[in-house]
Amino acid sequence: MTRRILRQLRCMGLLTLILLGCLSSVHASDSDPILTEFESLLVSSSAQDRAKAITLLADSMHPETLSLLAELLDGNLFTFRGDSHLYFVPRHEEGRIAERLLDDEKITIERVRDFRRVAVNNAQRTQIRRVMALTGLNAESSATRLQAVRQLMRDVDDSTITLIEDAYPRETHEKVRELMSVVLAINTLASSDNEALKRDAIDTLAASLEPRARNSLVQFANVTENVALQELSQLALTKIDQKVKFYKGLETLYFGLSLGSVLVLAAIGLAITFGVMGVINMAHGELIMIGAYTTFVIQQMMPNHIGMSLFVAIPAAFIVSGLVGIAIERGVIRFLYGRPLETLLATFGISLVLQQAVRSIFSPLNRTVETPSWMSGMLEFNPVFAITLNRLYIIFFCFIVFFALLLILKRTALGLQVRAVSQNRAMARAMGVRSERVDMLTFGLGSGVAGIAGVALSQITNVGPNLGQAYIIDSFMVVVFGGVGNIWGTLVAGMTLGVATKLVEPWAGAVLAKILVLVFIIFFIQKKPRGLFPQRGRAAED
Amino acid sequence: MFLWNLIKQDRGGQVLLALLALAIIIVPILNSLPSDHPLHIPTYVVAVMGKYLTLALLALSVDLVWGYLGILTLGHGAFFALGGYVMGMYLMRQIGDRGVYGNPELPDFMVFLNYDSLPWYWTGLDQFWFAAIMIVLVPGVLAYVFGALAFRSRVSGVYLSIITQALTFALMLAFFRNEMGFGGNNGLTDFKDMLGFNLQARETRVGLFVASAVALALGYLLCRAVTQSRLGKVCVAVRDAESRSRFMGYRVENVKLWVFTLSAMIAGVAGALYVPQVGIINPNEFSPLNSIEIVVWVAVGGRATLYGAVAGAIFINYAKTWFTTELPDVWLFALGAIFILVTVLMPKGIVGLLRRKESST
Repeated sequence: MTRRILRQLRCMGLLTLILLGCLSSVHASDSDPILTEFESLLVSSSAQDRAKAITLLADSMHPETLSLLAELLDGNLFTFRGDSHLYFVPRHEEGRIAERLLDDEKITIERVRDFRRVAVNNAQRTQIRRVMALTGLNAESSATRLQAVRQLMRDVDDSTITLIEDAYPRETHEKVRELMSVVLAINTLASSDNEALKRDAIDTLAASLEPRARNSLVQFANVTENVALQELSQLALTKIDQKVKFYKGLETLYFGLSLGSVLVLAAIGLAITFGVMGVINMAHGELIMIGAYTTFVIQQMMPNHIGMSLFVAIPAAFIVSGLVGIAIERGVIRFLYGRPLETLLATFGISLVLQQAVRSIFSPLNRTVETPSWMSGMLEFNPVFAITLNRLYIIFFCFIVFFALLLILKRTALGLQVRAVSQNRAMARAMGVRSERVDMLTFGLGSGVAGIAGVALSQITNVGPNLGQAYIIDSFMVVVFGGVGNIWGTLVAGMTLGVATKLVEPWAGAVLAKILVLVFIIFFIQKKPRGLFPQRGRAAED
Repeated sequence: MFLWNLIKQDRGGQVLLALLALAIIIVPILNSLPSDHPLHIPTYVVAVMGKYLTLALLALSVDLVWGYLGILTLGHGAFFALGGYVMGMYLMRQIGDRGVYGNPELPDFMVFLNYDSLPWYWTGLDQFWFAAIMIVLVPGVLAYVFGALAFRSRVSGVYLSIITQALTFALMLAFFRNEMGFGGNNGLTDFKDMLGFNLQARETRVGLFVASAVALALGYLLCRAVTQSRLGKVCVAVRDAESRSRFMGYRVENVKLWVFTLSAMIAGVAGALYVPQVGIINPNEFSPLNSIEIVVWVAVGGRATLYGAVAGAIFINYAKTWFTTELPDVWLFALGAIFILVTVLMPKGIVGLLRRKESST
């Protein structure tokens, strides 16, 4: 009986010790035996000792294991010449603070040479990563666990497999379970002899879209001699490939919609001006560029609030481009009323002047416009289908702008006048509409929308003086294809052209796809010379 | 004489042809003087003048369709470049085995891109007579097909202009591709000789200058013949009142088609003469900016007056050469300003200004 009590006492003692060890933080007590041992092993010059240090920390399941190992991997742990302690040095520069690992004491770095980084070689790096992954298996957050399993997938061996097998029943999160089962299945397929188990493994892998799952199936199919299993794995591969094709199709559709939304944004201003005034504004591309540069300037002015910068840039770009547009209309186009071809040439001259002006004021080089943090990143649905957030926001933005314009055209007085003038100018004037004023405001509206398009474009493409040239031909194509009777025409045309270009691209390459789209439009115009949604009414004829 | 009748009432044309005749005689003489003689014209100046003359011929072709027919074509550079490419292909074949890789059959860029044999569309282009026919035929066929599609469907006005721009843009993208077999983004260059004459030699350059001047003169007479004929009168009618001409029974589509094709062929010849004098042809000639510039030459000189187009072309190109050497940053400003001022203030161009001055005195 004494023995039992003694044993119990020993267990309790051990337990308390562990509890105490768990509760205490890294830097609090310098009597933390594990950390002291860790430190003394790490500062030694022998690589073997350092490897032992890592194993020690790993086996101890110390609460600070993960963070310490991460720091070691990042190269933030240093030794000091003055004593044999480990220091945490985030910036190895003179004047910076070095924090002693064991007891938080801080020293200022007087001479950079006094501190030497604790080096880790490649073998140790691999070891650390594996340890981190293994520890990560038991982490609190499911994201860390998922990351840990993914890391382990890279070097599968018996110990990792055992660990995953242990963790699997306890796992509650759906995604982590799935990934774990995939890893186990890959292992089974590679090493087991049991046919039934292999069949199960193939089934599991067939349901997964992980690239490694597919690879292991391909490898297995090449290597195995069992015909039934080979057929099964081929079937599984076909299933996976079909699903991948489907998701790739979705991705192409997404890119097509994204390109389409950009085209719509770029072209809608042009469609409005052309519909009302019959003028093709060759400076439209430059108005887009001015909007993009406005974004750049706003970001220069508020460098610490990039997140807000876009919300400021949108109205600013609208106003700036709108004012430039009104200036162009009042200054040049007004005198060319009724001569659309001359207006085309004059606006081309304006575009040259604007390009060169921007080149002289800013530089001929491209400028960087930053993406705000809420717009960067990706939405991952599965390993083969991920969409970037910035394009998603631009698609939404395009629809918002479109519906705003629709509202303006259908519900406001200006919109009514714009529609009247574009359908029958003489009659509108006879009814008391001041057509010159409507012209000016329409041009301003169209230019302002171009400016907003520039803000959107600045997020996905380079901002430089040639930005306008890249989009002007596309805008023309959208307007010619969609017709000018109705802005729905522009929306349909832009989206169609965007999706069509992206659909053709995988076969023909980007350049040939563009050429084919252009040729298609040339042929399409033969059938419908005024576009998909032409202007209706008797006065629409020349 | 038929030719005299053509220019009997055309003061401007008489002046132009007289100047060309003078140039054909004097320039070679002045060029052959020793180089320290004050009246010596260096050979490179002769080459530049020859280049201007080919560009004037191009402007002439655009004036024919724009000034007299009312079709604002923003893609005529395509026909010019196509003619230039055919000539370029002929000249590449003439290099023979004197290229960098020494292959007698294949041009350098094809050896570089691992072609085993000449693509089918290069066959026959080592013969000058075949190349000469192709220079006229290739742009002509393209113009005919494009025109047949466009004019038959009554595409007109701004839509037509945009479509011509799309055409030249698509061709530019296509010719930039290295897989097309036309030299890709490097184009065709490094020409050695033409018809046996060394392209770098003084006599060849003078000869090309004379050829360009003759071509310009002939082109002028041809355009004059077209515009003074009944066909020309119908063209003007189509330009001014298309529906009415159609209702009067004229086949508007055919008129447009034939004149457009003729203009494209003239542009092709201009391109073919341009390439040996400049020494290179690359896909940038297809760019929409080039085509729009041609329209500006015609606008500045004076639409619907053939000699005006010639004057505008020479004037603007000279200004371009001057600006890009002296004040390169200002050139685009100047060009843009010229566009704006000419369209707003001088709709009849320089010639219009001169005429107004004449009639007011």
